[in-house]
Parts: sequence; C-alpha cells; structure tokens
Amino acid sequence: MNTVIGAVVRHRLFWPIVALVGLIAINGVAQPRFLNISVRDGQMYGALITILRESAPLMLVALGMTIVIATRGIDLSVGAIMAVSGAVALTIIDNSPAPGSLGTVATAVVTAILVSLVLGVWNGFLVSVLGIQPIIATLVLMLAGRGVALLITGGFITTVTSAPYKWIATGYVLLLPVAFLIAMAAVAIVAVLERRTALGVLTEAVGINPEASRLAGVRSRGIVFGAYILSGVLAGVAGIIVAGNTMAADANAAGMFIELYAILAVVLGGTSLMGGKFSIAGTVVGVFVVQTLEITIIFLGIPPAQSPVFLAIAVIVVVLIQSPSVHRWARRVRDSWRSDTPAGEETKAEVAS
Amino acid sequence: MTTVDVVPEESTTWRRIAQGYQTFMSRHSSTMPTFAAMAILLLLFLGAEAFLRGDFITARNISALLLDNAYLLILAVGMTFVIVTAGIDLAVGSVMAFTGILLAKLVAGGTPAYIAVPVIILGGMAIGLLTGILVQYFDVQPFIASLAGLFLGRGLAYVVSLSSIKVEDPAILWLQSTRIRLGEWYITPTGIIALLVVIVGALVMQFTRFGRTVYAIGGNEQSARLMGLNIARTKVAVYVISGLCAALAGLVLTAYSGAGYPRNGIGTELDAIAAVVIGGTLLTGGRGYVLGSMVGVFVYGTINTIISFKGAEQSWTRIIVGLLLLLFIVVQRYIVGRTERRT
Amino acid sequence: MPADNAVPPIVEMRGITIRFPGVLALDNVDFFLRPGEVHALMGENGAGKSTLIKALTGVYAINSGTITVGGEPVVFSATADAQAAGISTVYQEVNLCGNLSVGENVMLGHEPRSALGIDWKATHAEAARHLAALGIELDTRSELATHSIAIQQLVAIARAMVLDSKVLILDEPTSSLDRDEVELLFKVVRDVKSRGVAVLFVSHFLDQVYEISDRITVLRNGKLVGEFPIAELPREELVTKMIGRELDELTAISKSADRKIDRSSTPVIKATGIGRRGILEPADIDVYDGEIVGLAGLLGSGRTELVRLLYGADRADEGHVEVNGEPVKFTNPRHAIERRIAFSSEDRRAEGIIADLTVEENITLGIQARQGWLRRIRKAERDAVVAEYMEALGVRPADPSMIAGNLSGGNQQKVLLARWLATAPELIILDEPTRGIDVGAKADIQRKVAELSAQGLSVIFISSELEEVLRLAQRVVVMRDRRRIGEVDPHTTDLDGLVEFIATSGEGNAA
Repeated sequence: MNTVIGAVVRHRLFWPIVALVGLIAINGVAQPRFLNISVRDGQMYGALITILRESAPLMLVALGMTIVIATRGIDLSVGAIMAVSGAVALTIIDNSPAPGSLGTVATAVVTAILVSLVLGVWNGFLVSVLGIQPIIATLVLMLAGRGVALLITGGFITTVTSAPYKWIATGYVLLLPVAFLIAMAAVAIVAVLERRTALGVLTEAVGINPEASRLAGVRSRGIVFGAYILSGVLAGVAGIIVAGNTMAADANAAGMFIELYAILAVVLGGTSLMGGKFSIAGTVVGVFVVQTLEITIIFLGIPPAQSPVFLAIAVIVVVLIQSPSVHRWARRVRDSWRSDTPAGEETKAEVAS
Repeated sequence: MTTVDVVPEESTTWRRIAQGYQTFMSRHSSTMPTFAAMAILLLLFLGAEAFLRGDFITARNISALLLDNAYLLILAVGMTFVIVTAGIDLAVGSVMAFTGILLAKLVAGGTPAYIAVPVIILGGMAIGLLTGILVQYFDVQPFIASLAGLFLGRGLAYVVSLSSIKVEDPAILWLQSTRIRLGEWYITPTGIIALLVVIVGALVMQFTRFGRTVYAIGGNEQSARLMGLNIARTKVAVYVISGLCAALAGLVLTAYSGAGYPRNGIGTELDAIAAVVIGGTLLTGGRGYVLGSMVGVFVYGTINTIISFKGAEQSWTRIIVGLLLLLFIVVQRYIVGRTERRT
Repeated sequence: MPADNAVPPIVEMRGITIRFPGVLALDNVDFFLRPGEVHALMGENGAGKSTLIKALTGVYAINSGTITVGGEPVVFSATADAQAAGISTVYQEVNLCGNLSVGENVMLGHEPRSALGIDWKATHAEAARHLAALGIELDTRSELATHSIAIQQLVAIARAMVLDSKVLILDEPTSSLDRDEVELLFKVVRDVKSRGVAVLFVSHFLDQVYEISDRITVLRNGKLVGEFPIAELPREELVTKMIGRELDELTAISKSADRKIDRSSTPVIKATGIGRRGILEPADIDVYDGEIVGLAGLLGSGRTELVRLLYGADRADEGHVEVNGEPVKFTNPRHAIERRIAFSSEDRRAEGIIADLTVEENITLGIQARQGWLRRIRKAERDAVVAEYMEALGVRPADPSMIAGNLSGGNQQKVLLARWLATAPELIILDEPTRGIDVGAKADIQRKVAELSAQGLSVIFISSELEEVLRLAQRVVVMRDRRRIGEVDPHTTDLDGLVEFIATSGEGNAA
C-alpha cells in the first residue's frame, strides 16, 4: 500500500492537482455559491464555468509554449501575435460591407490564423535556421509585434459589431462555452499528434540533446521550426477569441503578460524550462490553477490590478516545492526523524561544496 | 603494404602579419561587439543629422538625450551586472514603478524626502534580494525567479495606489527642475545621478574583486567556484544591485515626470535588456561592459528621438529597436562563431 | 628516480570508507602522498579512484577514516577547505574561466591591489613571473579561451603554484593533448616535483604513467590492492592487479582479424580528396565489404574530422565520395543514414546518449528517426528490437525502462552501439568506442565488432589505444596534423613500428 501511495505522490501531476483542488476548496468555503452551476437557455452558468471559458486563450498559448519549451526554447512573442491576430481579424470585418455574414467572419478568422502562422514561421526561421537564442529571437517579435498591431489598427481601438464572430468567444454549444471547446479540441489534437506519432519522443530528444539527435538522424531543425509555427498558430487562435470577448482590438493591452502566465502554467504542470520531457496534461492542470487563482482573487474582493502579488506568491510556492534543494532538505529532515542517528551520519556522503 | 604521402611547405611572411592581428584579437575580442554598437550610434547620429537637415547634433538635443533616458541608463547598469552572470532580471520595470509610486505616496503623505528615498531604495533591494535568494539557494532559474519579482512589483505598485499620484515635494522636484548649464549644454541632478551610477558601475566591474567575480561566474560558474571565489554572495548581490538600480530609476522617473504612476515601466525591462545586448553584452554571460550598455541606451534613445522628430507613431520605436536587436544578435553570433572556430 | 622513504608523507589518508546508497565506494583504503614525488592512482572505472580524489578535495564527506595534511588532521566540508590546506587540482576540463585573460586566471582572487582597486599592471607582471618560473611564455593579457587545452592546463598549474600548493592533483590531464603537448606538460610536472610538491597523477594511458610516475597505488572494487614503487611493478602485473584477470580475453579477439578481405570488388565507401578548409587537408579513404579499417594517429591528427566529413556531420569543402560505386553528396547525417551508414560519436555523453530518455527510447531512436516522425514504430516491434540488442551486447542492468543517464559509461556505449546496429547498417564508423570504459565492457564491444565484421559489416574504427587498432583492423590508415600520411599493415607492424610511423613518416622516411 505504501508503494502505491508513494507512486501517486511522486507522480508529476500530484502537486498541481492538489493545488487546484485546494484553491477550489478555499473558494467553496469562502463563498459557497462559487461551486454553484446552473443551467439557463441551454447554457451553463457559474464560477467554475467562467473559469473554463476564460481559460481558453491561456490554454491555447500555454499548449504551444509547452512544445516550444520542450525543444529547449521559449516564445515571448505570443502576446504580440495575439494582438496582431485580433487586429487583423477585426480590421477585415470592420472594412467589409457585411460584417455580420458568416463568409466575412470565416475570411477574417482564416486570414488571422494565416498571419499568425507566418509570424510563427518567422520565429522558427530565426531560431532553427539562423541559430539565434530563442529568448532573443522571440523578444524581437515581442517588441516589434505590438508596433505592427498598432499600425494595422491605425493606432485606434477598433470596435466592431459582428454576431457570428462574437459567438466564437461568448457562445455555447452543448451547454459548454465554445471557447473552452476550441481549447480542448486543440489540446486533444496536439496530444494525439505528439503521443500517437513519434513527434513527442523526437521533440523530447531534440530538447534534451540537440546534437546527439542530429547525429542520430532526427530532423532537429524541422522539429524546432514546427514547434514555433504551432505556437504561433495557437496564439493566433487565442487572439481571435480575446478580440471576440471585447469586440475591440486593443493592440497595446491584448495578451499583455500572457507569455508569463503561460510559462508559469507550463512550469506548474511539471515541464522543465531546461527542455526535454514535457507534459500536456500538466500544462492543462497548470492553466486551470492559474485561472482559478485569478478568479479567487476577484472573489476575495481584491482589485484585479493587484492580483499579480498573489501570482508572485504562487510562483514562489511552486518553485520552492519543485526545487531540488528543498527536496534534499526535506529528505534529510525525514531521515533524521526515522532513525536515532543524527542526519548525515548514516546516510550517504553529500556533495560538500 | 606501407605508403607515405608528401607534405607541402607553408609561407612565413603572411604568418607574421597574421600573428599581430591574432595578438590584438586574442586580447580584445570581447570588446568587438561594443565597438560595433558605438559604430552604429555614430551612424545613427550622422544619419539623423543628414536626414533632419543639420538640426540633430546640437548640445540641446544631446543633453536632452541623456535626461530623457536617465532612468533607462540606470536600469541598464544594474541589468548589465545580472546578464554578465548569465542571469536575467525581468522585474526591473515593475520595481521601478513600485518604488516610484511608493515614493510619491510617501512624500505626499508628509514623509520628508531624505527618509522616503532610502526607504524606496531598501524596497527595491529587498525585491532584488528575494530574486537572488531564489536563484542561488533554491536553484530557481533567473527567468522564473525574476518573473516572481515582476508580478510582485507590479501588484505592489497597484496596492500602493490604483491611480497616479502627483509629487509636490520640492526636494524631489528639485532633482529635475534644476539645470546646471555649461554653454549650450545642460544637465540636471537626475542626469548626474545616472552618470554617477554608470561610472561607479564601470569601476566596480573593472577594478574590484567583486566585479571580476561577476565576470568569472558568467564565464564558467563551476570553475569560479572551484577557484575559491564566493559565488553565492556575488550571485545574490547582482540581483540586489539590479533592485537598487530599479529603485534609483524609480526615483529619477518620478522626479522627471513629476508623478508616480503604477502603470509605469510596462515592458521597460525589455528595453533595458535590448539596450544591454545592443551595447555588446552577451546573454550567455561572461562578456560585456557597463559603458557598452550606456551606448546601447543612447542608441535606443536616439531612435526614439528621431521617431518623435519625424512625428511618426511611437510604436515604430519598438519595431526598429526590435529589428536592430535582431541585427546585433546575428552579427554577434557571426563574430562569436568565427573566434570559436579559430581556437 | 624513487623518492626518499625517510621523508614523511605530506598527505596521509587512513582507513577511508565512503558509502553511497546501495554501494560501498571505498572500503578502508589507505593512501599516502610524499613531497617531491609523482604518485599515480590506478584502477578501472568504478574502482574508487575518483571517489578517493573527491574525498581529498573536499567534494565528498567521508564516513570513516582520517585525513592528515602536513601532520595536521583535517576535515574538509567544502572544496575551499581543501584549497586552504594547500591541495590544488587540475581537471581534464580545465576549471578556469575562458572569458578572462591568462594573467587574471592565474591570479584570480589574489590580485595585487592598490588604494583604487585591482592593480592590473602588477597582476599581469606577477602572473608572467609565475608562468616563467615554470618555463612558460604567454601573453598574459590574451584571453584564455584563445589558447589550446594544453596551454590552459599549464595556466591552471601556474595558478596552483600561486596558491602555494603542497599537493597538485592532475586528473586525466593528457586526454586531449598531442605528443608535444604531453612532453611540455611532463616537463612542467617534473619542475613542480623538484620544488617539493607532491603530485597525484591519474591517467589511463599506461605509457604516460610509466614515463612520469615514481610510485603507483592500485585500487580495485573500492579496496586497496597495494602501493608499489614504479620499478617494482611491470605493466602486465599492473593490468592484472587492476582487472583481477589475465589479458587472454583481449588477445583472443585478434584471431578474428586474420580474415581474408576481397578487395577486387567495389568498395562499400570510397572517398577521394575529401577535406574542409582549416579542418582537414584533402584525404582519401576506402573500405571494402566486411573490412575493419582502423584510423590511427594522435589527438588532433584529424581522425574524427575525417569521419565526420564522411558521414555528413560536417560539410566538406572539396572531395568526392562514392558509396557502392555511386557518387553521393552527404550534407547532413540523414543522407548517410539513408545509405545505411552509421556513426557512433566520440563524445557519447554530449553527442550520443539522450540522457533523460529511457534505454528503450535511446535504442529505437535511430530507426525511428529514419522512419520519420509521423509513423511510430509499433510497441511489439520496439520491444523485440530492444530485447535483441540488449542481450547481444550484454547491457546491464537489463531494464529497458531505465533512464539512460543512470547507466555506467560502458553500458551507455553499448546502448549507443545498439542504436546503430538496430538500423542494420552496411558501414559503421566507431569513434573511440572504448574510451573511458572498464576492461570488461571493452572486451565485450571489441568482440562484437569483430563478430559483426566477420558477418559482412564494414567498420571504420578509431581509437587512441594503438594496440586496440592493431588488434582489430585489417588495414590501418595513419593521420597526423590534419592530414593523411599513409597506411600500415597491422599484420606486419607492431606497436613500436606504428608509433614510429606516426612520429616520423611524411618526411622522407619509409617505415
């Protein structure tokens, strides 16, 4: 029995799930109506449902970020790509004679995704072909991308009315928010892509040891390139949803900081920033934890602008839990409880420097 | 079955010339990127001068260049220390905003400046200390640790105040309003603070054991430890320095704009990183100069000035800086690649 | 020249025991270092050599036993303590900071200061002085990274002298050095020795150990076998003490090298004039069916560079390659793999094993990469391949789900070999496959290579141990200073002959 419990506790997802459940529990205790779910007009309502819907953009971005991080890279430009994508979509709708028609919306969406794909290709090119460090390569687009978005919207915040477009962000299908379903579909597609094919293992190999993978015949360049394209496309979809939420393209604010939240969610889910082995399930849990944290803060009556303080605390708690030095300290404490001999005598020789 | 091949001879005259070049390069190769930055700055100045029909290189404009970017200059000095150790500090923009608005609130509430200023400096150093401890004692990657600092700083800024606070304290305002003139040139105390930070930073990096330890850690942390240097203290210290600089930048920015504003500094850490990298510091650590970062800040500031002179959108600054950063990185990679192949 | 036994040891380690979870790394080991003497520490991988050194340098704490330095008992809780006690180490990876100048590296932490901070002029002057005292002349202002590993090691030794060390530990210092550089290093070591410093020399190059050492301590399986003055321990006896069994197993393998090779048919691979500016002078090489071609030469002679160009790991500037008679152009490892050529790299940790993946994932990586990312090899097929090769090569522990990074060096090499053999290559290039692994695993790998070549696999075999090359190959191509200088027949050349050929030919002498 001990080993089963041990295996569960040691599982990568254990602590993230505990954190998630814990947060929901705190909310449930503080505000019982937090856990209420009601159904009205074929739509589910409730704080938990709001979490599902609002997590969609972060889920998409974090999904792409997971794969990029697995290749030992990082994508800081996702916020900017979101802004550009939203700006493109809404500008097309704004400039069309029939903003409410399905055709226009379809054109807008497809164009926005294509533009995001191009931006992903740009990142992939810089990193995998020119060999530029990912943090710098994507920093370029992060700086320049918002400027580009501003140019597209002409510096104004474009407000647009278009029912089909708005439905993407706020509509419901089968009781669940459309945005959430889109995000889940993306998760499912990427998970199948990575684990049913050899792409996942090869990506991990490239992240752990790029040179060995190259010599073994792995298409390292293609895999890294593909990771940034995927991240770009997913960010583009996220941008469409975010723009649909407000029906306004704010090039400055759209997706602000989302890259940081995404990185936090990925790290929370157990994927290491050093690259290599990754966990999509972990990222999903991580995203929910971050999102629940945000809602918890609002529920506690704290002004949203101050929420970063709690995110900081969350980051610190998570990294402390994941920190190897904390593990070593905990093990030493546990060993000293177990036997009579003081810690360090009976156990292994430690690295002393 | 043994075969022998013939070996050709090599010429010696070219060898001597190559020798001299090699000696120079072997001593100064890490300054090459900074020279490149200076060349770019020079080109920018000359280009702007031509572009704007002889109206650019004036004493007034260059003085303004320093003062408008004094806050960024201070941030860049602190960031240089961190990046040379192969770390990064994403928190500086938020800490600058936090300390700035805290200062405004304190003096608005009646606290005298000579108490308020040390308080905010300690505040900045405290957040830096937190980041440094996470990095050094808990093996947290600098990116994530300073991310925590970024969230903390930004959130705390809003905790202090959700909206901007005007500064009426004469001592603070004096820092910006006093102009010391020298012919057409002028400088304010904020500018002097910035220059002092640069000079002290450069001297510390070059002439103190602490500064040399910073370089050693960036070059090879494992070796530096085995060579008996105090790694732990130094690594924590660079983040404290960065926090200190962020606080000073908060002071300078608040004095400059006459108010504290919690929304300040969003994205400024990236501007600082860009300036430092453009100035010749390698993100991989071990190489870089404070004076180079100053050049990088001036490049950033010049681009900004040119853009506003032309009346174009401010968003162009970020785009151009982004592309320039890219250019620098590509060139840096090329140069590094060539020196590595030679050894 | 044996040291005076009346001089008391500067370092006395008695009854040293170090235990790790599940493993007794050192069992009651005694070890003594005497001033003015070079003392070699010998033993296979896993014998406890590096553990003993780490105990002496303060990296590991000891479970029982005592360490005395200069007559005073010491307890090291950090590497700084060992340094303070006068013990300096020069590692294989040269633990200095490449981005700093030579002079700064020598004086780092001890730079002379003036009122205004570090006095750089004095620093460089003093560094130059210390280097000159060892007979080394360098531009102290030049960046350390612009110098070769050999020079960097000498700088590290100069630093040890600055610190007034009583003990100098040289940990595998010659692995990356060529003959001249080893000579220079040994000259400096003799100099240091004459100043009364005790030198601890760790190396698996037997020749060098016999050339420089005065005394040898042998460890096996964590226990002390004995301490011997060098004159009293002939080489075969030393190896026997190290591995605890005779060398017959290894000599038996040479029988298989006596096969007949048909060189009238088209060679499996034929390269003419292949080269790359600054890396390799144009060279020729060809390999026939079922043949083992050895590449011999010293470090830096260009052997690895040649095979990397052949494989497409690096791009050739010039030259012409034919596989089975067809002209090919390899710009990428994948092209070579498609042509059923495999390459096992010299540095198995940096360029071979994917440490965080399992043994199974590592072994199937080659065949999966060739198949592409879209079609995953089915589990049943994967399990079969993995089981087959783990058994054939004797990988221990025989657990395919084990993380590859946790295996010993020898087993990692076997996993790497398994990866390549699973791709059923026509030609396999093995670059230093037996470097740094214990004699048992070495024998296993050599036996397998000989077996496979008898079955038709062609092999290019690189090893720094020239006896190994002579033992396995049917032809030996010799290289020096980035060019091919000729070829020898292993049936008619012995080790001395090969060494002489490497050293002298190309200057008008026929061997």
